Amino acid sequence: MSAGGGDELPRWVSLALLPAINIACALLASGLVILAIGEDPLAALGYLVTGALGSATGIGYTLYYATSLIFTGLAVALAFHAGLFNIGGEGQAYIGGLGVGLCCLVLSAVGGVPWWLALPITILAGAVFGGAWAAVPGWLQAYRGSHIVITTIMFNFIASALMAYLMVNVLIKPGQMSPESREFDPSLFLPMMHEMLGGLGIEVEQTPLNLTFLLALLACALVWFLVWHTRWGFALRTVGANEHAAHYAGVSPRRMVVLAMAASGALAGLVGINELQGVQHKLLLNFQAGMGFTGIAVALMGRAHPVGIVLSALLFGALYQGGSELSFEVQTISPELVVVIQGVVILFAGALEHMFKPALARLFRPAPKPATGVA
Amino acid sequence: MSQISAWAIELVGIDKRFGPVHANRDVTLRIAQGTIHGLVGENGAGKSTLMSILYGFYQADSGEIRVRGETARIRTPSDALGLGIGMVHQHFMLVDDFTVLENLMLGAEGGALLKGGIAKARAEVERLERTYNLNVPLDARVGDLPVGLQQRVEILKALYRGAEVLILDEPTAVLSPPEVADLFRILRALREQGRTILLITHKLKEIMAVTDAVSVLRQGRVVAEFRTAETTETEIASAMVGRRAELSVARTPGTPGEELLRADGLTVTDALGVDRLKAASFHLRRGEIVGVAGVAGNGQSELLEALAGMVPVSSGGFTLKDRKVDSGNRLTPAEARALGLAHVPEDRLKLAVVKAFPAFENAMLGYHGDAELAKGPRLDWRAVVARTAGLMERFDVRPRQPALRTSLFSGGNQQKLVMAREMERDPDVLLVGQPTRGVDIGAIEFIHKRLLEMRDRGKAILLVSAELDEIMALSDRILVMCGGEIVGEVAAGEADEARIGCMMAGLTGPAAENGGAAA
Repeated sequence: MSAGGGDELPRWVSLALLPAINIACALLASGLVILAIGEDPLAALGYLVTGALGSATGIGYTLYYATSLIFTGLAVALAFHAGLFNIGGEGQAYIGGLGVGLCCLVLSAVGGVPWWLALPITILAGAVFGGAWAAVPGWLQAYRGSHIVITTIMFNFIASALMAYLMVNVLIKPGQMSPESREFDPSLFLPMMHEMLGGLGIEVEQTPLNLTFLLALLACALVWFLVWHTRWGFALRTVGANEHAAHYAGVSPRRMVVLAMAASGALAGLVGINELQGVQHKLLLNFQAGMGFTGIAVALMGRAHPVGIVLSALLFGALYQGGSELSFEVQTISPELVVVIQGVVILFAGALEHMFKPALARLFRPAPKPATGVA
Repeated sequence: MSQISAWAIELVGIDKRFGPVHANRDVTLRIAQGTIHGLVGENGAGKSTLMSILYGFYQADSGEIRVRGETARIRTPSDALGLGIGMVHQHFMLVDDFTVLENLMLGAEGGALLKGGIAKARAEVERLERTYNLNVPLDARVGDLPVGLQQRVEILKALYRGAEVLILDEPTAVLSPPEVADLFRILRALREQGRTILLITHKLKEIMAVTDAVSVLRQGRVVAEFRTAETTETEIASAMVGRRAELSVARTPGTPGEELLRADGLTVTDALGVDRLKAASFHLRRGEIVGVAGVAGNGQSELLEALAGMVPVSSGGFTLKDRKVDSGNRLTPAEARALGLAHVPEDRLKLAVVKAFPAFENAMLGYHGDAELAKGPRLDWRAVVARTAGLMERFDVRPRQPALRTSLFSGGNQQKLVMAREMERDPDVLLVGQPTRGVDIGAIEFIHKRLLEMRDRGKAILLVSAELDEIMALSDRILVMCGGEIVGEVAAGEADEARIGCMMAGLTGPAAENGGAAA
């Protein structure tokens, strides 16, 4: 099946070697930065790796970050297969979270609703809110010709302003200064992973990792099935690869643009399940914390394929977690410097993703059968 | 001839590989000074590679290029230009918004300030125009000129840069027969002035009409060389395909039956408000092939796309079986298919296939809703691949690898895959645009036979082609289009190339001084 990207390269080069080279370059560049401030890059790398993967707590946090990144990564990837560059995952996650939060607040008012009954409703709410927020730029592109990259970026700002207004003026819990809602009814809290494993007799330390991680893996399987094994996915990929051929084949490219954006936004909207219903247990500002933007790098590095997205989400999750450990352990490495390191990885894995592609393409020139007659 | 060299260009032992593809194998080609030399071969025979090496786009792996007897190193197109080799590309390299003169000066402005250069260029170009009788309005915007004149601008550009040797790549693909005759007149005039011309074409008739000698490439090798006066079209064609080639299929008159399609004042207007198709009226019956002749871009594409439901009708309309279509009652491509209409579009790569997809995905494009291709919500890839394998088998698509990426098939095999997909549905009405564009001689024969078979099974076929020979070989009736209008209809028996050629060019009345087509 035609997994996107990697045009002239053998699959393993495109899927494994190129990302590995990009990460190696990112580590090298980060190492130079750390060297420049007078610290030992190898020691820093050690703190980073052990912080992310060296303990159950570290792993728990890494997987918790990865959960949100899988959703936003899938969102970017799905739109990408339809030929759309959805930069608005951040805003869609934010508004999707608003849907989840509102739903939880209403269910809390009802009282005593068990989480397993609430979950399908909150998922739907998150998907509908996030999807609707993405469908508007989709509609503007399809029917009014406004470029999706521009409009989705703008919608991030609108989402941010809208949430600030709602949190400060409408949803704030009366009688407090910080713009946060009431806490949800504890019956709605999703099971934490340490609780679930504890139920099975496995004792692990407490981390924010919760049931949503499994939901994210399920979403990967669903996207994989949808994109490569259904008619709708075929139509979506056709629109992405050749809009004119899609029109010829009886698929409406305009309608598909709106639908693909809606589906993309719906996936991003599920970040709220992890962050709000899973961890924070209340609606607050900036819970999505850059996950939407990092999702772009996750999708690019994961070659817009669910398996790749899980792997690159794990990498970026480890960077988030290991990075905070690093700045905790080494006093001279401030949290800002950790952001620099993350930025370098995003730079190489995302923006400069194709930098080494021409060189690799020369090394691994494909071997078309002589019978196909390329001349 | 002179003592320097009788050869304008010598390519000696040129060898070029692209990975495992051996594009040119020990090619030796000598072109005599002051002659028109034809270069023919099927797609993928290595013509383009060879010319790209001569023009400096590629470097040969081994071999030697000699220009007027002297060994030359040609690494870039500007090296080639410096040696007096000019190229007229199939797709013109002109700036539409510039005037002719500005286009000619582009890259040879003669200094930082334009003023002096313009006057000098104008004088020089006017001298060239007089010498070769190549009249082009120098101050017209290039985008406003007809294609034939744009091509003259390309030729003038090469001459202005001092080209002694002109390479023309498929120069007649976009020209009407009178324009072709004009081009050949210019080429002959250039030859008389001692210039050398290398003509790449797949139209054997043109080789016979204008060249002095012809070289045939097959699978990267020069397999035959002829003096044009001493050979025949059949001999050249047989050398191209490596076996005896049939140039035309036997056709019996069709037996038209029930009317399936009737257009009445069908008009299509583009986004800029220009009528691309103007009040077309015709009918199409079972058991006949109706050919639509015309130079590309005269409304044929819009005709096919309107009938297939791809572009809306702006006024008038048509009736497909019992379904009336007009500006108020739109037809969608999916509905057209459901009504038993199949469409092989003119622009294969833009519309008919997704290059990046494997062949099996393209083999179901447009028919991905078929019930037997899915199990519940899941597409049954095994069934899709099985269907593709069947299509490939029956239409001889090579290589028979349903999972191979479509862009790795040759143009002819891509076209056979599209033809297979559309024809195997057994539609009642088949719209076919340029069925053999970029297709090898062997495959052309095959496609023509299939179209005639389908007609004989009582299907209605509307055939659009820029190849007048193809139209004449297959059609029972011929509609001629020019400027978006159907300017005439000719029955198969009365078809005469000169007359249709004049109609295509928008000239009414009998062929006058141009004497019609290339013959």
